Amino acid sequence: MLEDKDRIFLNLYGRHDPGLEAAKLRGAWNATKEMIDMGPEWIVDQIKASGLRGRGGAGFPTGLKWSFMPKEVRERPHYLVVNADESEPGTCKDREMMRHDPHLLIEGCLVASFAMRARACYIYIRGEYVDERLALEKAIKEAYEAKLIGKNNVHGWDFDVYVHHGAGAYICGEETALLESLEGKKGQPRLKPPFPANAGLYGCPTTVNNVESIAVAPTILRRGAGWFAGIGRANNTGTKVFCISGHVNKPCNVEDAMSIPLKKLLEEHAGGVRGGWQNLKAVIPGGSSVPCIPADACGDVLMDFDALKELKSGLGTAAVIVMDKSTDMVKAIARIAYFYKHESCGQCTPCREGTGWMWRVLERMAAGEAEPEEIDTLLEVTYQVEGHTICALGDAAAWPIQGLIRHFRHEIEERINDYRNRKPHVVAKALRAKAAAE
Amino acid sequence: MTARRIAKDQPETFAWTKESRAEVNWWLKKYPGDRRRSAVIPMLWIAQKQEGWVTEPAMRAIGAELDMAHIRVMEVASFYTMFNLAPAGEHLIQVCGTTPCMIRGSQELNAVCERKIGPKGELSADGKFSWMEVECLGACANAPMVQVSTRTSDHYFEDLTPESLEKLLDDLAAGREVTPGPQNGRQTSAPAGEPKTLTDKKLYDGSLAKPVTLPNTAPKENA
Repeated sequence: MLEDKDRIFLNLYGRHDPGLEAAKLRGAWNATKEMIDMGPEWIVDQIKASGLRGRGGAGFPTGLKWSFMPKEVRERPHYLVVNADESEPGTCKDREMMRHDPHLLIEGCLVASFAMRARACYIYIRGEYVDERLALEKAIKEAYEAKLIGKNNVHGWDFDVYVHHGAGAYICGEETALLESLEGKKGQPRLKPPFPANAGLYGCPTTVNNVESIAVAPTILRRGAGWFAGIGRANNTGTKVFCISGHVNKPCNVEDAMSIPLKKLLEEHAGGVRGGWQNLKAVIPGGSSVPCIPADACGDVLMDFDALKELKSGLGTAAVIVMDKSTDMVKAIARIAYFYKHESCGQCTPCREGTGWMWRVLERMAAGEAEPEEIDTLLEVTYQVEGHTICALGDAAAWPIQGLIRHFRHEIEERINDYRNRKPHVVAKALRAKAAAE
Repeated sequence: MTARRIAKDQPETFAWTKESRAEVNWWLKKYPGDRRRSAVIPMLWIAQKQEGWVTEPAMRAIGAELDMAHIRVMEVASFYTMFNLAPAGEHLIQVCGTTPCMIRGSQELNAVCERKIGPKGELSADGKFSWMEVECLGACANAPMVQVSTRTSDHYFEDLTPESLEKLLDDLAAGREVTPGPQNGRQTSAPAGEPKTLTDKKLYDGSLAKPVTLPNTAPKENA
């Protein structure tokens, strides 16, 4: 288990005061001026050296992303936009950081904005997180009053932080949809290129980062890139807040080392699988959009980007959804399919039509009311949606279904057989049709 | 995607109250002068809090103020599902129904709502409640849960059972005080029981606030 001294979010559970003075006692805002004095290149180099990969799901190297911003500010101002539109089913980590450790995020906003020469940062928080938004606003007010941010602040970099909110659209977690939404429009993703680093918010150079990626940055600079890089495996470094939900004895959020074995994570922090390890059926390791992995693959898999990719799944947001043997896998995935159908923005045809189609087929399959051949048709349709849309929502809708068919095809087939055995007239009709065809 | 339409019966007019107006002005200051349209979502939200739902005259007023065509505002209001396009109950119960909550019993919560409030999307007999199933609310480690929205608050009630939800609904109906957060006595999203992490006292005694020398700051030799 990661030692307490190596954790970054020291108030993850809100056992202590989230206010500025208490946050400072826990190390926030310590040596921030010294970081700024080292200059933007130093900050970007340190983040690169730490190996930090984006914590919002895609795992893109954060330092590299920062380095894509223009090195000089010309006529258009630069912006940092923090993606706090946490909506991936299974994920509930940014919420805890914003309401319990908001000063780490605000400090991170300052440091990251300075590294990218931005004078303003918008934090886009999902509309439902009303209490979290108010908690964050309170912390920002404290930071302004203490002159940590704002005009003529003690760090010598004039800088403003603004909180903006959404209103219940999952798609706004996609960075360009988020920017559209922040500009006052429907959250429909933009075609890339141009990438936000060239033309983002209001057409200006913009970087969009997840809350966790920004909030860990100051601690990395304080303790050293080598410290962060020394946790986890190569290419999968640092600490990570895992969200453990579903059929475990003690669901929780917990910060531990990247590359921790899944079994260890569940048993040490979440009280183990309900009914014991042998009662495990499957795990969705990275939020609803990554394919599930069956129990027999869960025993020794490591929780990191590369290990899960090898299993044709992904770390995503590290939201672990645990399902025990009582779970109806087809129904569970059908509910995820419904989610994507509900959240498709409607812009691209394969996603708008495909998500609804896939959901309806899965609902029939969950009841057994389908033809066995339809399993392959469904699989084929997932590949026709995947990669054929502007943003990754199409992929996210396709992957869980591919995972279901890859690992639990037998369960769908059994369901179909069961249904037929219960309905002799259906069997007879199929036989008659077959005879007629011959 | 979901098709959402505005209500047939609409009030004649809309006007900001003094409090709402002050709040709107505060939001407008967050955006560059020529980018006021960014405030459309916060303004629709403030209008909804004031009226209980987003009315057509409110959309027109917001459009006029932000120099946006009326249809652009309506587009936004119908795209984002948190905007009620028709009157909702004084207490709007939103049951999270996505898979992490579903596998921990959200459907039983739906059944409680159905029994105590009535059919999904309709006002209760006393006109005080309405309920709906919503998509992931991002409190998965505290599943199953509901969000209760009123004119003044939008609290999460987590770690529910059919019994505790029933009690919550009774308390709300009776006007009794309710405590948001986990309803089973647990500390936020910490694992139930004795804490195993974040127990080192040195993290909280101020030793982390002592001056530190940043690592890797020595000038490079060949620089």
